[in-house]
Amino acid sequence: MCEECGCNIVGEVRIDGRHGPHEHDHPHPHPHPHGDLHEDNRRTVPVHQAILAKNDRLAERNRGNFKAKGLLVLNVPSSPGSGKTAFIERTITDLGDRLRACVIAGDLETDNDAQRLRARGIPTVQITTGNVCHLEAEMVSRAMERIPLDGLDVLVIENVGNLVCPASYDLGEDLRVVLLSVTEGEDKPLKYPIMFRTAQAVVVNKIDIAEAVGFDRDAALRNIRRVAPKATILEVSARTGQGMAHWYAYLEEHCRAERPDNPR
Amino acid sequence: MHEVGLMKNTLAMALKRAAEEGAHRIHRLTMRIGPLSGVVPEALEFAFDVLTRGTIAEGATLEVEQVPIICYCSQCRGDFQPTDLFCECPRCRHVSGEVRGGRELELASLEVS
Repeated sequence: MCEECGCNIVGEVRIDGRHGPHEHDHPHPHPHPHGDLHEDNRRTVPVHQAILAKNDRLAERNRGNFKAKGLLVLNVPSSPGSGKTAFIERTITDLGDRLRACVIAGDLETDNDAQRLRARGIPTVQITTGNVCHLEAEMVSRAMERIPLDGLDVLVIENVGNLVCPASYDLGEDLRVVLLSVTEGEDKPLKYPIMFRTAQAVVVNKIDIAEAVGFDRDAALRNIRRVAPKATILEVSARTGQGMAHWYAYLEEHCRAERPDNPR
Repeated sequence: MHEVGLMKNTLAMALKRAAEEGAHRIHRLTMRIGPLSGVVPEALEFAFDVLTRGTIAEGATLEVEQVPIICYCSQCRGDFQPTDLFCECPRCRHVSGEVRGGRELELASLEVS
């Protein structure tokens, strides 16, 4: 799928839970060209630099810019097909007279999501990442240049559909809202604990078809709490609107917190 | 994960640091990686071998120091090391929401000449 993420690379492979014999021992039997020339001079230089330092710095800068505008920013990651676009579309449409919102949508290819949202009158910037499997703070910062942020209440960043890579990249958001749809299985949070652990809110979507797909609600909620004990859990159907009122209350409460000078 | 991109960043960092040191060769890169960083060390190593070709780090050893997850249990008021990615306290089974270590992803040191 993605050359950037090396999905075709054999990673930490475990078969039936067991590690292979390969445990970080990598001899390099080939000769090192002119290595011996400087042999006497070998020394260890401390570096201690975070690999994602640049992204984290840019994310903090984004956060500062958002904060200055009194804007609540959501980062919405999920698996492909769990209903991110429908969820965002419904939220902004329903709250249209109360909150002014815009969207940054990330996808590997196509601007279908942006077109769909724009057709609803929702200002949207599409980031097409090519082969990159996640959004980065720098992409968001560039997309922001295309949106007049003044007068907005909420910016929703629809991340690339992927529960792995986006977990590592802070975009400068206030809240990470991870979606899980009932068709994906109850154990998804256990399979992707790193992503779910970073969520402030977990939205269980498509609850209108839960029964038809044999969704075990109790197991799902238990699994979410196991990996994200502090996250707020919201159960909704973006299609029928069921449960969305709780989500709107949650969202508006955070918007008010972002703008204490502007009570609504 | 996106190990190729991460390794590009790491290597750029290493080459810059080596240049500042006036080094001609990088023999070893040591990284510190926690399980909660989400990075797969084997995928990093693969990317490392490919990306170092033609640089002063070609043929160098990539050493990965695994950093354990450390959680704080608010019930027991103490730290513990979970054995998996679910931060459940082995003493009281409380699930900890406070992770104090294990997210590390850093270039720790270089051996140069």
